[in-house]
Amino acid sequence: MDIHEYQAKELLAGFGVPVPRGSVAYSPDQAVYTATELGGWHWAVKAQVHSGARGKAGGIKLCKTYHEVDAAARELLGKRLVTVQTGPEGKPVQRVYVEVAEPFERELYLGIVLDRKAERVRVIASAEGGMEIEELAHTAPEKIMQVVVEPAVGLQAFQARQIAFGLGLNIKQVSRAVTAIMGAYRAFRDLDATMVEINPLVVTKDDRVLALDAKMSFDDNAMFRQRAVADMRDPSQEDPREVQAAEHNLNYVGLDGDIGCIINGAGLAMATMDTIKYAGGAPANFLDVGGGASPERVANSFRLVLSDKNVKAILVNIFAGINRCDWVAQGVVQACNDIDITVPLIVRLAGTNEEEGRRIIRDSGLPIISADSLTEAAQKAVDAARAHAAS
Amino acid sequence: MSILINEKTKIIVQGFTGDKGTFHAKEMIEYGTNVVGGVTPGKGGTTHLGKPVFNTVAEAVEATGAEASITFVAPAFCADAIMEAADAGIRLVCSITDGIPAQDMMRVKRYFMRYPKERRTLMVGPNCAGIISPGKAMLGIMPGHIYKQGNVGIVSRSGTLGYEAASQMKQLGIGVSTSVGIGGDPINGSSFLDHLKLFEEDPDTHAVVMIGEIGGPQEAEASAWVKENMKKPVIGYVAGLTAPKGRRMGHAGAIISAAGDTAAEKSEIMRSFGLTVAPSAGELGSTVASVLARM
Repeated sequence: MDIHEYQAKELLAGFGVPVPRGSVAYSPDQAVYTATELGGWHWAVKAQVHSGARGKAGGIKLCKTYHEVDAAARELLGKRLVTVQTGPEGKPVQRVYVEVAEPFERELYLGIVLDRKAERVRVIASAEGGMEIEELAHTAPEKIMQVVVEPAVGLQAFQARQIAFGLGLNIKQVSRAVTAIMGAYRAFRDLDATMVEINPLVVTKDDRVLALDAKMSFDDNAMFRQRAVADMRDPSQEDPREVQAAEHNLNYVGLDGDIGCIINGAGLAMATMDTIKYAGGAPANFLDVGGGASPERVANSFRLVLSDKNVKAILVNIFAGINRCDWVAQGVVQACNDIDITVPLIVRLAGTNEEEGRRIIRDSGLPIISADSLTEAAQKAVDAARAHAAS
Repeated sequence: MSILINEKTKIIVQGFTGDKGTFHAKEMIEYGTNVVGGVTPGKGGTTHLGKPVFNTVAEAVEATGAEASITFVAPAFCADAIMEAADAGIRLVCSITDGIPAQDMMRVKRYFMRYPKERRTLMVGPNCAGIISPGKAMLGIMPGHIYKQGNVGIVSRSGTLGYEAASQMKQLGIGVSTSVGIGGDPINGSSFLDHLKLFEEDPDTHAVVMIGEIGGPQEAEASAWVKENMKKPVIGYVAGLTAPKGRRMGHAGAIISAAGDTAAEKSEIMRSFGLTVAPSAGELGSTVASVLARM
């Protein structure tokens, strides 16, 4: 789960990470009022969307007067911001963050990630702030400093000092950077984050160290014990179909092909999508219907897949372990009777009670195309989608 | 022979009396697995499915001599259950549970390290379908009937893709020595590499199928080891060629976020280390058959 910059800063500040003074605003009037409350001479008005690279996309405006704050908020709010990370449709800007803009001397990078190779938390830092860390890892890996955290004791102050001295900071700045690094680590650990990125972490003329931007992602599996974080979720930043899927406890990812997929198991779902591509077609979505595919879940899956108007055929591929093919078949038949499905439907059932499942499909009298194997199912779906598109 | 479990392995079920635990324990017993009891705190002293129930894993181990356990414990409490098993001397823990926080798994793996190597617990999962040694024992939730007993090992992240492979192989008359699901989470109890090592040492395993997916460095690490150390042929497959970058594909660990995470890159790495890569998931069985025919 991702959150907005202003939320990440609020959380990090709670762990002692110094951040510039700022406040969120939902309207231009509120943005101006916020600026007057904050005081200062310059303000940054920043579009709050779940994406990086906002600056280059025109999502961050530096303002010198209240009038400029008003104009910036008017320009950003209610629009969709398109960045290199959002895709062409962009993300809606419903809030802006108004922040006191302070001059700074240096831009640093600080990141904390869950390292899958080490299976531990890794702290990454660089004196080259403002750059994409992946790009830097590619072009100048020697400029990146890293420490791995021992999970039994957590990040130690000496490790944070190593990083801070390595960044070439003076002694005053070092102690402040250590506070920021330790705070960011504690936020990561205590809030079940999977990523904290402060890019840039800036050093001011008077030796202060501030998180100028902040990004946090969280472990979905841990949200049961992180209610305050879970409440920060902003569904406006997510694909509406995925929001709808989540409400029905289905895993859905929208893609741009024309063959809708309803499959049990994440691995089989990905493999089926690949097989569709291998057969010359393109999948419209990833959908894992899960272990207990009740008729209701199957029906919800059909509705979800059909809400994508590009879909020209639907492929149901079930390998039943805990599932039973006869239950799934009943669900498919019921869904066909309840929902007006106007595109060809291809069904492949295998595993527990497959004979019974296939018999239910056959006896239903519905125009369902049956397939025995994965390859056959994908080929039939590709052919049916083409025929349907041509008709 | 087989790896990890056979008909003699004494198994306990953690979360024995819950709905899922009951359903799958019954299936495991029917398959012929040597289930010797179960653990549900507070229900110690009772009997369930004709087997004794214990309050703690330590009591269960003392009374039954259990060597392996399977957890059907809710995500919030599963790390605790796994550490309890490790502390009680269980040598193999299989965790079916989907939804364990990643930081909990990090702590679990750190906890295992406190024991000397010779008594350290090997964990399979979480978020996996479990382990089956066909015809001998099942420590998982798979449909047992799709597996034919034989000489090919399977190690897969995904449960259903492991089924797909086993079922295609069965149709071609090819059997399985042991099939292991390592699970779809970002941090697994054990890796492809751990199981490839065991398969390499098992005299009754003649070839191994390794089924990976997008995300994480494990497939590459295992493939490099295969090239250097493995005499048996390995057939590879990686799901997720059509997966977009940065999107979680069902499994918590199935996300392209770093260099080398894509299915295309992983397949290429497998090929470069001498694995035979199945061109599509529909050809897992036939690829295995062609490799066996060359042996």
